[in-house]
Amino acid sequence: MNKIELKNITVRYGDHTVLENFSLNVEPGQILGIVGPSGCGKTTVVRAICGFLDPQEGTVVINGNVMYDKARRINVTPEKRHLGVVFQDYAVWPHLTVYENTAYPLKKHGMKKDELRPQVEEALRLVNMSNYANYMPSQLSGGQQQRVAIARALTSSQDLLIMDEPITNLDAKLREQMLVEIRLLQEKLGTTIIYITHDQEAAMQLCDKIVIMQPDGSIAQIGTDEEIITHPANRFVFSFVGVSNFLPVKKVDEKLYLDYDEKIFYSDAVPEDWPKGKDIADMGIRPMDIVFDDEAPVKARIVSATFFGNIYSYFIDIAGHEYRVQRITAGNEEDEKYAEGVVTGIRFLSCKYFEREAKK
Amino acid sequence: MTNKDFLKLEGKKQGLSMDKIMTIFCYVALITVVILPCFMIIYYTFWDGTKIDFEMFKSVLVQKENLAAMKNTMIIAVIATAFATLVGVFFAWLLGRSDIPLKGFMKFLFSIPFMIPPFLAAMSWDMMFSGRGGYVNKLLMSVFNLANAPLNINSILGIIIIEVVYYFPFVYMQVVSALERMDPTLEESARIAGASQLYVIRKITLPLTIPAISSGMLLVLITSLSNYGIPSMVGYSKGIFTLPTMIVELMNRSGGSFTGIREAAALSIVLFIVVAIALLLQRHLLTHGRYDIIKGKSMRPMLIKLRGAKYPLLIFSLAFLTLIVIAPIVMIILVSFNRAYGLPFTRENMTFIHYINVFTKNAMVKDSVKNSLFLAFSAGTICLILGTMLAYVIYKVKPRGGTLLEMLAVLPYSLPGTVMSIGCILAWSGAFFGISLYNTIWIILVAYVARYLSYVLKSSSAALQQVHPSLEEAARSCGASHYDALKDVTLPLIKPAMLSGFFLVFLPCMRELTTSILLYGPKSRTLGVAIYQLRTNGQINQASALSVITILLIIIMNNLVKYITRDRRKY
Repeated sequence: MNKIELKNITVRYGDHTVLENFSLNVEPGQILGIVGPSGCGKTTVVRAICGFLDPQEGTVVINGNVMYDKARRINVTPEKRHLGVVFQDYAVWPHLTVYENTAYPLKKHGMKKDELRPQVEEALRLVNMSNYANYMPSQLSGGQQQRVAIARALTSSQDLLIMDEPITNLDAKLREQMLVEIRLLQEKLGTTIIYITHDQEAAMQLCDKIVIMQPDGSIAQIGTDEEIITHPANRFVFSFVGVSNFLPVKKVDEKLYLDYDEKIFYSDAVPEDWPKGKDIADMGIRPMDIVFDDEAPVKARIVSATFFGNIYSYFIDIAGHEYRVQRITAGNEEDEKYAEGVVTGIRFLSCKYFEREAKK
Repeated sequence: MTNKDFLKLEGKKQGLSMDKIMTIFCYVALITVVILPCFMIIYYTFWDGTKIDFEMFKSVLVQKENLAAMKNTMIIAVIATAFATLVGVFFAWLLGRSDIPLKGFMKFLFSIPFMIPPFLAAMSWDMMFSGRGGYVNKLLMSVFNLANAPLNINSILGIIIIEVVYYFPFVYMQVVSALERMDPTLEESARIAGASQLYVIRKITLPLTIPAISSGMLLVLITSLSNYGIPSMVGYSKGIFTLPTMIVELMNRSGGSFTGIREAAALSIVLFIVVAIALLLQRHLLTHGRYDIIKGKSMRPMLIKLRGAKYPLLIFSLAFLTLIVIAPIVMIILVSFNRAYGLPFTRENMTFIHYINVFTKNAMVKDSVKNSLFLAFSAGTICLILGTMLAYVIYKVKPRGGTLLEMLAVLPYSLPGTVMSIGCILAWSGAFFGISLYNTIWIILVAYVARYLSYVLKSSSAALQQVHPSLEEAARSCGASHYDALKDVTLPLIKPAMLSGFFLVFLPCMRELTTSILLYGPKSRTLGVAIYQLRTNGQINQASALSVITILLIIIMNNLVKYITRDRRKY
């Protein structure tokens, strides 16, 4: 049984459509990452799940119970959906102590003061905040407040947590640490977690499955981190999950040319992922997959070379267009050979072909 | 699959949500206390009982008495504003930018006029300078052997003088805060470039503070236009009327006749139009006259050394402030202990008898204290609830027409008190649903709520905007109903602002005169009305005694507020 089912959710603000026919299933016991650029509607998705907004159309089912159904006029209020939510700005109540914050959900679920104590203490222990039970939030650092927010979400529901950019406001080191802690927590409790972020690297590190949303609010791809990296569903996913170059290419008589004013031949094998029925396409390629090879037919001039310790980063110029190239430091005279101004041949290792995008 | 929530909720969805109920309630409340009175003024002015009628309005406009009142109002407002601005800017510069000593003491003195109701100040000035009877006049006449009183306060000039000394702190406050927030490097760089001190003041400091000066100026202008207390205290006896006092006079003369009330309503419209023009000007300046050079952050500006001018200026300032701030209070206190008004202040003429009489022999005074406390407390509480609810609806629920709600709530604050009162009389003397509150304390309460609602709205909405929506949403997702989230999270967070909002209403209600002088009935006199009537009846000593008590009450309350709302930021 799916933990959460979203069916054909449509959300509009005035004339602006944020989500259109958005459907998504969340399986139990996993961390599902929802990733996308700012403004793509990630937060709208979780707000629809939590009941903070009423979609114009669609159905929300949690644990097999219909929480929202436009057609049947069902709308379960947020407090009856039994979720734990962690907000981007923590939303720890400033007028209550850490203990009171964490105990609040249990109190609202009708537990007596002495009954709820063990659960609150357990939640605070899980997030390593036992020693701060009587502190006011203003006495805590951002990371500590975030832990309180997680503890509070856990007392609200150990079954299903929704985290909306929970670590964006923390510094880099703390972010790393929180990711590990969230993972450990999930393994210990078997909680289903929906994790919203615009940071694809954090998502890949943490999540079992990732949903990549496009700027228009549609889902580009759902898959594990490996699937998304090795088989990006489209050009957007390819460019979103890492640094990317796009080169215009043209197919003439089953031979492939770089499609500049002057056509440069580079391959005579048409790959499987060539867009069907098209003569032109864009080649997507990572900087690491462009290699220098003096024998290759395509020539490029090195515009700049920057040393980063373990890698070299280059900007190269092909027929007046700049692209990025990265090379692992070899530690020999090879490194010095490719200096600024040098003209060299280049070869393309693994690359993806996408339909040519209309020029903007 | 069975769904327990489905069965539970399907019928429920039809009901009204709490947000909707609050929104509707706010609309109903504002329509009742704001729209109806305003509508009734227009209705009475242009409806003669059978048809639309502009003739009456035209005839009111050209009546000799009314024209004189209009002229007086304009003259007083314009001249008082000009001089209040000059004095205010001068002191703002002196205290904000020069190295004059005793700044703290002087700042304290400036805050006093804010605490004393204007009609009390006017009464005191009247005791000092009224024709041949004023104490100071008598003193000056005997010392310098003058045949005539040096200053007759019962004149247009007198009204202007009282308004200047009473209103210049408005300008002072605005300008001094602008001066304190101005980036000092702007002036310093001009000095470094070789400009002289005077040149810097003229070409840099003054232009940068123009927005603050003009907004203070308009505040004085609007307040002066709609002020009732001062012209009625010193002008009435000599037949000098301004628009607000003329409206009250017409209302009193009418004795309830339809035509009389219509004339008062028509004149109210005239006053409203005059004030509205000033308000529009003010709004225009507030939106267009901002300089970014004035930073929100407070910086320490370079102080200008006064050198030789320091002590002469200090003596002048202290003498001036003593005359305008301390002397009126001393005067009232002295008269309150004086056996009979007009007797010299000698030891054998001193007595407590007026304090005793005012409370034991005078039922009206006892009633008035009770009424004022009741009114201030009830109006404070109602405004607290309604204002906070309005703030929540406008800023959190954001219904369609939210701006309209806000405009409606702020409107009575801009209306002159006299106009608002006329509206209340017309609306609540049986015009709607046969409800007649006339001559009862309730009509005053309704008027107070309308007039002071915006105070709570402002303080509560400022606090509400600090409460991030996620705080309430977090409570919802933790199992709290909408009501629980409000009760457990939002209200505790804005409690300090609500409390200070309550006192912002409570204090002005305690000392109110303009509204209640039109609305009081035999059993519903307020403190202000009681003082006013004691004085009109010639019981000046008792009036002074009651004034002293009122001022003490206000000062005590004011400090109580400061104590309660002092820095309580534990989070």
